[in-house]
Amino acid sequence: MPTLIKGRRIVHENLSLPKGEVLRLEPADDLALVAERLPHAARVEVNFPKFGDGRGYSIARLLRSRYGYRGELRAVGEVTRDLLAYMEACGFDAFLLRDGEDPARALAGFDELSEAYQASAVRPLPLFRRRAA
Amino acid sequence: MYRYDDIDQRLVDERVAQFRDQTRRFMAGELSEEQFRALRLRNGLYIQRYAPMLRIAIPYGLLSARQLRKLAAIARKYDRGYGHFSTRQNLQLNWPKLEDVPEILAELATVQMHAIQTSGNCVRNVTTDQLAGVAADEIVDSFVWCELIRQWSTFNPEFSFLPRKFKIAVNGARQDRAAVGVHDIGLRAVRNSGSEPEFQERSGSDPELEDVGFRILVGGGLGRTPMVGHVIREFLPWRHLLTYLEAILRVYNRHGRRDNIHKARIKILVKELGPERFRDQVEAEWAHLKDGPSTLIPEEIARVESRFTRPSYEKSGSDQDISQSEKSGSDPIYAAWRRRNVHAHKVPGYAAVSLSLKRTGVAPGDVSAGEMEAIADLAERYSFGELRVTHEQNLVLADVRRRDLPALWREARALGLATPNIGLLTNIISCPGGDYCALANAKSIPVAQAIQSRFEDLDHLFDIGELDLNISGCMNACGHHHVGHIGILGVDKNGEEFYQVEIGGAQSPAALGKVIGPAFARHEVPDVIERLIECYLERRDSEAERFVDVVHRIGIPPFKERVYANAHQGPSHRSREPVPA
Repeated sequence: MPTLIKGRRIVHENLSLPKGEVLRLEPADDLALVAERLPHAARVEVNFPKFGDGRGYSIARLLRSRYGYRGELRAVGEVTRDLLAYMEACGFDAFLLRDGEDPARALAGFDELSEAYQASAVRPLPLFRRRAA
Repeated sequence: MYRYDDIDQRLVDERVAQFRDQTRRFMAGELSEEQFRALRLRNGLYIQRYAPMLRIAIPYGLLSARQLRKLAAIARKYDRGYGHFSTRQNLQLNWPKLEDVPEILAELATVQMHAIQTSGNCVRNVTTDQLAGVAADEIVDSFVWCELIRQWSTFNPEFSFLPRKFKIAVNGARQDRAAVGVHDIGLRAVRNSGSEPEFQERSGSDPELEDVGFRILVGGGLGRTPMVGHVIREFLPWRHLLTYLEAILRVYNRHGRRDNIHKARIKILVKELGPERFRDQVEAEWAHLKDGPSTLIPEEIARVESRFTRPSYEKSGSDQDISQSEKSGSDPIYAAWRRRNVHAHKVPGYAAVSLSLKRTGVAPGDVSAGEMEAIADLAERYSFGELRVTHEQNLVLADVRRRDLPALWREARALGLATPNIGLLTNIISCPGGDYCALANAKSIPVAQAIQSRFEDLDHLFDIGELDLNISGCMNACGHHHVGHIGILGVDKNGEEFYQVEIGGAQSPAALGKVIGPAFARHEVPDVIERLIECYLERRDSEAERFVDVVHRIGIPPFKERVYANAHQGPSHRSREPVPA
């Protein structure tokens, strides 16, 4: 069974249905069409059908910054250790690991790089503004 | 040189550790071939025809003597003692062992180098004018802006898995020496003429910066569908550079095609939407990002500027002194070298010098470890320990005292690096081709060598004048054949190597060449070039009219006729059917 990481911890999900709707987005989905459902969603899942399909990263950035979504944002599909840090920086806070990923080792994926130049969900100011502050 | 600060160094060191672990996991079977492929490709590591190929980043082509010595040591220790400078101003090693790559990266990190994002579907090494910082026609020092873009694009989490690779070029001078028209994004520094009142902003402390901005071109590129980029914004104030790039990349990341690798570059998206609609989407996206936290600040420009070392130029002697010392080299070959390989410098008493890596008999861009060390030595003694790699696969010593030119020439000549052919026919751009590359349809290096041998006579070469001849071994166009005044493309026909010839391409202003007709066998190519040149020499108005100017003036047919006219009488058999472009 795939493992869920939330708040950088391995968690076992309560299988009872969540309160509210689970919105699942595919890479080509138009966010404007789901915008009004976001405030009522129990969580939003963004699917990564392939390792190299990077559309989900922009979707997450937009959900967090443009649409102001604050609830659980879960990456599903091809979610592997080597992508976790990128996903987190774009705004994901929950990660359903792909089958076969070693969950304990996957956690190491978050901390391989200790700084970032860009503004992100993790670091709202780019490095140059934090330096100048 | 840009000097890393603690954070720059830490990130590169951490990347080494990360890649070491990824390689270990692959060798231990924890990562599949496919998973590791995507990871190694983010770090310049290809599995090639005979061995892995490691592409080492030389950000915007700027290299120190110390770094070049390290590259020499690495080439000797982990490879076969040589490297290949590519058209993206990088260095490629063609024979490293996979298991050695983490160690190579660790050694690179000790001299502030890496292989980050030199391959893969991400923002690649930013390229620029090899005369940045020294050109007399400079508007801004493009190195500073390239470094800002390097930082912004390095491990950018949102844009690490784009539909396809992404190449940005920056030109900071009036003349475009960075070929901005054939890049995914081309940036040209401009000064605001005041025509856009909405951008009459104050930029604080630095009056030099105040009216600086960029003209933004998008959707150019070579490859199998060559296109010239479109200007989507005439003037973008410098503060907004990163947010505007973010808007372009986001539109591309979300809407670029992912169903077909050959239609995945941004140029296809721009073409399918049309430049106006594409621009509208970018501007709509940018409206949300404009003035946000990624808006640049003068302090950051000043900080990055201050991390570049600057040569401490000496006050030049009188003009008399300069001309006296230059007279000491009265050799006609020295005079030829002065004409072709020495370039104007903004500081009196100094010049920039091209070291040609295009000698007859050596693959274009190839250098041995010993040569790297000798070149590092020249850079230390003549040019403040710094050099630049050009996208034409040569090296430039950017800060040479004019009075040292004769001495430098003698030393460079002894090393075989003073071929006076910059801008001339034998300064051939070529990809590694079928001798090394798994993608190639045909060899390119032997073709380059055959042409160089045919045109060895310097008087003839100088008489022909400026001519860019570019060769690619397949339609991925790494040898930039579309923008050569003469472009040669290797094609495969039923397992045999043939070569298609284009004429009329140019780097700047960007123009794409047109195919003259059916392809040729390899041994025919030098004859074909000779006939094209004959036609040109007969038709030109004067020596000032270059080959490409004549092609643009009279069109392809006279050249085509000359090349194919005697097809039935010549020794070669040219009755081939056309190869589709």
